Amino acid sequence: MEPIKQVRSRTVVLPNVDIDTDQIIPARFLTTTTKQGLGKHLFAEWRYDKDGSERAEFALNKPENRGAAVLVGGNNFGCGSSREHAPWALLDFGIRAVVSTEIADIFRSNSLKNGLVPVIVDAASHRWLLEHPGADVVIDLASATIEIDGKKVRFPIDGFARYCLMNGVDQLGFLLEQEAAIRSYEQAHA
Amino acid sequence: MQSLFQKIWASHIVAPETDDTPAVLYVDLHLLHEVTTPQAFDLLREKGLPVRRPDKCLATLDHSTPTVPVKTLKDLDIVSEPSAAKQVRQMEKNCKDFGIELRGFESRERGIVHVMGPELGATQPGATIVCGDSHTSTHGAFGALAFGIGTTEVGHVLATQCLLQRRPKTLAINVEGRLPADVTAKDLILKIIGTIGVGGGTGHVIEYRGSAIRALSMEQRMTVCNMSIEAGARAGMVAPDDTTYEYMAGRPLAPQGKAWDAALARWRNLPTDTGAKFDREVTIDASQLRPMVTFGTNPGMVIPIDERVPDGDDPAFRKALAYMKVEAGKPLLGQPVDVVFIGSCTNGRLSDIREAARILRGRRVADRVRLLVVPGSAEVKRQAEAEGLDEVVRSAGGEWREPGCSMCIGMNGDTVPSGKLSVSTSNRNFEGRQGSGARTVLASPLTAAAAAVSGVIVDPRDLVS
Repeated sequence: MEPIKQVRSRTVVLPNVDIDTDQIIPARFLTTTTKQGLGKHLFAEWRYDKDGSERAEFALNKPENRGAAVLVGGNNFGCGSSREHAPWALLDFGIRAVVSTEIADIFRSNSLKNGLVPVIVDAASHRWLLEHPGADVVIDLASATIEIDGKKVRFPIDGFARYCLMNGVDQLGFLLEQEAAIRSYEQAHA
Repeated sequence: MQSLFQKIWASHIVAPETDDTPAVLYVDLHLLHEVTTPQAFDLLREKGLPVRRPDKCLATLDHSTPTVPVKTLKDLDIVSEPSAAKQVRQMEKNCKDFGIELRGFESRERGIVHVMGPELGATQPGATIVCGDSHTSTHGAFGALAFGIGTTEVGHVLATQCLLQRRPKTLAINVEGRLPADVTAKDLILKIIGTIGVGGGTGHVIEYRGSAIRALSMEQRMTVCNMSIEAGARAGMVAPDDTTYEYMAGRPLAPQGKAWDAALARWRNLPTDTGAKFDREVTIDASQLRPMVTFGTNPGMVIPIDERVPDGDDPAFRKALAYMKVEAGKPLLGQPVDVVFIGSCTNGRLSDIREAARILRGRRVADRVRLLVVPGSAEVKRQAEAEGLDEVVRSAGGEWREPGCSMCIGMNGDTVPSGKLSVSTSNRNFEGRQGSGARTVLASPLTAAAAAVSGVIVDPRDLVS
């Protein structure tokens, strides 16, 4: 994983509340056995017409939103299933951070392990972002802040997950170093 | 004074949580299926790591598998999409390469992983159970801490039998009173999700408590815990009691003999101590419940079956009504139905099929309606057939299928056509969940069966004698 210090980008806004992982990537695309190439299926039901052509009115398809790396979603983004294909699809499409007032637990955990930054903001900041699609934001991991309209707003992020993101460290490495503790736990509970 | 959750959490700490690092939590049982594991096995290959404890894995095929009879892998190519068949084959190979026993096509024990685990006695009180599947919360019905994880974490557990976790908060949902006749566990959990909302449990582990929960059978408790994730909760659990122990005794993977007695003594200490504190509490009066049906595109958009669809001005709410082709202020009763699905890890157990059969027996599925009944496991199928329930389904004009996730997620070819209305005993009514453009109404097996024979949504209490 590449180290991530900052995400600077325009935003693309999907204001709907409770955007679930079946919308982010429908189940019919989960028969894959790899992580690659899922971006084309991102929001497939909303993004494409039945004949496979792009719906011009969908936010991700608008010319001004192409290349935006920060997705602002409605409350409770990423609810539903545990499919890690959801962050894989977002990342493959080019999204690097997701901003909402609430982000579902498993989606958030999966995002952190793949270099997709989950950013939870207060209702007022969120409202401003919803009302200003395409705004430039700066997400800074060292200070755990998102700069919105010239103001820096702190967001909560687990210190360990942040360390791993900023240093491009795989969390598995840390777990493997626990071998002695794991062995002694297993012996005590055999 | 500790809660059930706190006791299990504390007893599985390999290394404690600090400001800088999450807790290292030991996993007692790792459930695996073909959809969320291939990339995790690839990670192990890439890093040259073995599976640390294959003996703590329970693996099966359930999501991408056909529900028409397939005896051998060869048949798979005839009935499955190539990508689904490939995924199933990859699971066979991964389990073989890493020394994990797979309950595959030839196994008499195959089933939806959340039906199979409890049925085999692998699901046990006080255990930590994970799976790359959000409905792992089902196993909490036994007083286990059971939750869904992503594929990266599947890799972590395969390699180390541990997970990095921050301690979640606790939420007590107290359900007091008696459920009225023919109001089921499914109606109860839909009511709970409607009350706290689809994000209402985020960051929390729920403990379902109270007299109405104690009165539920194990299969009913599984239905309740199964849908904890639909309220956003990390997990849902019910303290073990004699109902739990009676269900478990003698199951193949449950402790036997002296080990059973020792386990029982341990398990009896698990229930929440009197006076233990929860971060939040919610109380529900069971005696006031009615059969519940969803009207929108998430499980929190739910009403009692005899009420009218509510109004709202949130754009997502409006979009959901438009997608479902329902109108605010109008009832769902009388809505024409195209497909009825009875099955899934929520409602694919023997008692669910028995409930459906109460309605189906001696009746015919309405013209134009397709009824699909999919047992949750090979064992459920055998038991149902021993009782003649397959014949009840067939005589009514329904399809009786092989076990699997089937039309709950539509990954195996069992889908609802675009625009069609499905009354389903599954757990998610998200847009397109049962097929592109499919419209899903979540309901109990009783309500689903009643819709099948009536051709429209009806109150099942009018049909049961």
